[in-house]
Amino acid sequence: MAHVVSISSKVRDLTGGLDAFDVEAATVRGLIRALEARFPGLGELVEAEMSLAIDGEIHQDAMAEPLGPASEVVLIPRISGG
Amino acid sequence: MSRTVVNAIVNGEPVEFLGGGGQSLLDALRDELRLTGTKEGCGTGDCGACSVIVDGRLVCACLMLAPEAEGKRIETIEGLADNGHLHPLQHQFLEQAALQCGFCTPGLLMASKALLDRNPDPTETEVRYWLAGNICRCTGYDKVVRAVMDAAADLRQEEKPK
Amino acid sequence: MSDGNQSPVSFKVVGHRPIRPDGVDKVTGRAQFGADFHLPGMLTGRIKRSPHPHARILKIDTSAAEKLPGVKAIVTGADLDVGAGGDIEAGEHAAAMKDVAANVLASGKVFYQGHAVAAVAATSPEIAAEALDLIEVTYEVLPHVIDVDEAIAAGAAVLHDDMFTKGVTPKPAKPSNVAQRHVMGRGDVKAAFAAADVVIEGRYTTAAVHQGYIEPHACVASWGADGQSTIWCSSQGQFLVRAMTARILNLPLSDIKVIPAEIGGGFGGKTTVYLEPVALALSRKCGRPVKLVMSREEVFLASGPTSGASMDIKLAATKDGKITGAEMELRYQAGAFAGSPVNLGCMTAFACYDVENLALVGLDVVSNRPKVAAYRAPGAPMAAFAVESAIDDLARKLNMDPIDLRILNAVRDGAKTVYGATVRYSAFVETLEAVKAHPHYQAKLKPGQARGVAAGFWFNIGGESSAAVHVDEDGGATVVSSNPDIGGSRASMAMMAAETLGLPIERVRCTIADTTSIGFSGSTGGSRVTFATGMAVVEAAQKVVADLKRRAAQTWECDIAHVEYRDGVATCLDPSKDAKPLSIKALAGKSAKTGGPIAAEVSLNAQGAAAGYGVHVCDLEIDAETGRTTVVRYTAAQDVGRAIHPAYVEGQLQGGAAQGVGWALNEEYVYNAKGLLDNASFLDYRMPVASDLPMIDTILVEAKPNPRHPYGAKGVGEVPIVPPLAAVSNAVSALVGKRMTALPLSPIVVLAAMGKA
Repeated sequence: MAHVVSISSKVRDLTGGLDAFDVEAATVRGLIRALEARFPGLGELVEAEMSLAIDGEIHQDAMAEPLGPASEVVLIPRISGG
Repeated sequence: MSRTVVNAIVNGEPVEFLGGGGQSLLDALRDELRLTGTKEGCGTGDCGACSVIVDGRLVCACLMLAPEAEGKRIETIEGLADNGHLHPLQHQFLEQAALQCGFCTPGLLMASKALLDRNPDPTETEVRYWLAGNICRCTGYDKVVRAVMDAAADLRQEEKPK
Repeated sequence: MSDGNQSPVSFKVVGHRPIRPDGVDKVTGRAQFGADFHLPGMLTGRIKRSPHPHARILKIDTSAAEKLPGVKAIVTGADLDVGAGGDIEAGEHAAAMKDVAANVLASGKVFYQGHAVAAVAATSPEIAAEALDLIEVTYEVLPHVIDVDEAIAAGAAVLHDDMFTKGVTPKPAKPSNVAQRHVMGRGDVKAAFAAADVVIEGRYTTAAVHQGYIEPHACVASWGADGQSTIWCSSQGQFLVRAMTARILNLPLSDIKVIPAEIGGGFGGKTTVYLEPVALALSRKCGRPVKLVMSREEVFLASGPTSGASMDIKLAATKDGKITGAEMELRYQAGAFAGSPVNLGCMTAFACYDVENLALVGLDVVSNRPKVAAYRAPGAPMAAFAVESAIDDLARKLNMDPIDLRILNAVRDGAKTVYGATVRYSAFVETLEAVKAHPHYQAKLKPGQARGVAAGFWFNIGGESSAAVHVDEDGGATVVSSNPDIGGSRASMAMMAAETLGLPIERVRCTIADTTSIGFSGSTGGSRVTFATGMAVVEAAQKVVADLKRRAAQTWECDIAHVEYRDGVATCLDPSKDAKPLSIKALAGKSAKTGGPIAAEVSLNAQGAAAGYGVHVCDLEIDAETGRTTVVRYTAAQDVGRAIHPAYVEGQLQGGAAQGVGWALNEEYVYNAKGLLDNASFLDYRMPVASDLPMIDTILVEAKPNPRHPYGAKGVGEVPIVPPLAAVSNAVSALVGKRMTALPLSPIVVLAAMGKA
């Protein structure tokens, strides 16, 4: 069970205002599938545009990353730089 | 829009090129003589990227019209090294990492040469005020000033009787 | 596998200061920048730009211009064809390609003075200029709005009638200039404020500032009759230019070759496209190469500055100085199209400090100004200005040393940031302590001088990079890098390869590849090249080392486990073999006999980038008659992980600090009542020159190398621009005797604050 938290307003637009929710998933790929099933459009948004902080560490594009039984996943707008 | 033949001496060599129709010396150097080492940063004489030495005087090439170069002796960055041997200024800029992107570097080197040609022992303040006409956005000037002062010392050493 | 925690004492190349391999070309004028290319038959391109800050385009009549002899092609927005499909990573945020295309050549409306509406290619600059005058554009002028708070207010002219603020539930009924509302936070700020011993409040504003690169945007585009094209350009990312140009003109990527020229500064401002699609569209129309270069005025009018900002901040603290809560609203200008870095401002604002209760709101606001582009740590300097000023107020109120107050509140490893990452490998506290112990901080101030201190943070990123290492037949090596070199990265790539291969630095050269000659890479920016491309370089070099060992084992007919490779020589550890050591030169000379050429290419998506922290100290004086502020002493300290080439790391700290000083004291966009820019030149857009600054001392803190990078490197390029705004303002505030809240602190502003205006 991954506890998903969002700091993005684009996410809120797709979840009807929810910022935090629990999702059953063992990998990032599974998480994105589950998000898309529960909030249509959210899985695609996360895959295309967002980084994830899994238990505190930032991952960009890491689809196969495993999630623990009680992982915290934060959805973060992708960070670039200048 | 007429252009005239201009004769000048560039880096010690006689040259002939067409200039006119509002072309600046900078345009002529870059487009007619294909000496692209001198850069255009602003076209209005504010940034110093186009610094060259004309008859011993530091000039922004973008502020001089091409036909005004007639009969003049012009030094550009391409002539700073002596037959492949780097000038002490070029050597120190490399030693001290006094460049990052390198775009303002030709102008800074020519301006620095003009300084040392007339003042072989400048103070830090004199170096900073002389180079105030050359904007660098990358370095914050610290290593540039150190490089110029160390190059001045190198040149004074070279001048000493052996 | 190299360990980032290796002791630096054991490095032969990394950590030293060799001459950069591309240096001679740069000091002799040989290096080729974007405007230095010349091709046979090349035409000059020029762009016609809107004189109005906001207008509908009713008609563009190019007929007279087309008839002018020497004019070979004319294009408008109608010649662009944005391909299907959504967004592309660009600079500080994902950019909708439609907006980028409309910014490159206007479609329907113009949104700022200088917005491109048409372009010509002609046989000479004079004819191109004349052709521009002959293009007739009919506009319906519309009311405009410039200031961010004015753009939010009711009754403001609305730029896009399809802009309904994202992030607001329910969706607004009417369009506005607020593109998006970001919200983030944690804990209970209400309770924190209710329980606070001290509350600090303030409203802070900063002006839009330009990246100020000395080289204007420049490119040459050449369309071939079979649809394949080549672009030479000054850019921070050749793959990014290819992708955006292909998307804007609806072309396959493999048909465009982008050759990165040397780049004369970027700082984020060249992580997008302005000219390349236009030049290519012109070249396509006439079949000849087209050179397109911006004038300095065009750079100011039409290339992205960063956002100006208006921010409200409140801090709650205990009487011992522990910050228990903070509330902040940040309103950033996006320019003509959505996409300011306000969400990054929210994420970085308190990233240095362990604050339990946070409530941050960020508004992304459009107005009739050029579309913003990334600028070194996008979004962070403005937010840090407000936060570090408020913390300075707190230090004053509690009569605490400003460094001690920051040490008390500083994040340490294990702390949670508001954006979800856990702090790791951080040397922020060590950096604060290094500053405290430094002679500058210990030095007594002279009368009429004041000192300001401030801290700053930047994430630094990893991402996709590619690199190849080729061993030459005589045992030297070439590194092929996927990333343009803005600040000397060729040196650090060559150094890391030399260290890994055990070669002297003089035998390793580095070249920057075009889009056809190396695997894909993200742009040069985000403080990622030494980290991510460096990682690719090291992994490629490690593959080469493994290959060399294999070949040695084959030559000696021994087990590869018995091969040791050190300092460029393979030795056989099996005493039963008659095996003389084999140098890389010997192995390279016989490579055909052991399997073929020795080379490796690595493409990766680097993870594990570590954030950076900076602390700056600024001493200054103010001339009471003119209000001119002079910085007399400046020290920049930073948590750098490990400095691969210390001189270039120092250079990043010094350059970023100088930009920050300019941002604090003089730089701003000055608009008049007509919405037109009054200061589109280096004369009036006042950046620091050599006489404005003292030497800038640096402290490179290497207490915590990043173990995720083979040599411990952290990104360093962006952090240095984050602390200076408040470091300068805190000192000016101390000298003037009141809190300065609006940047820049130009002489007029300072005189007014001193009551002398």
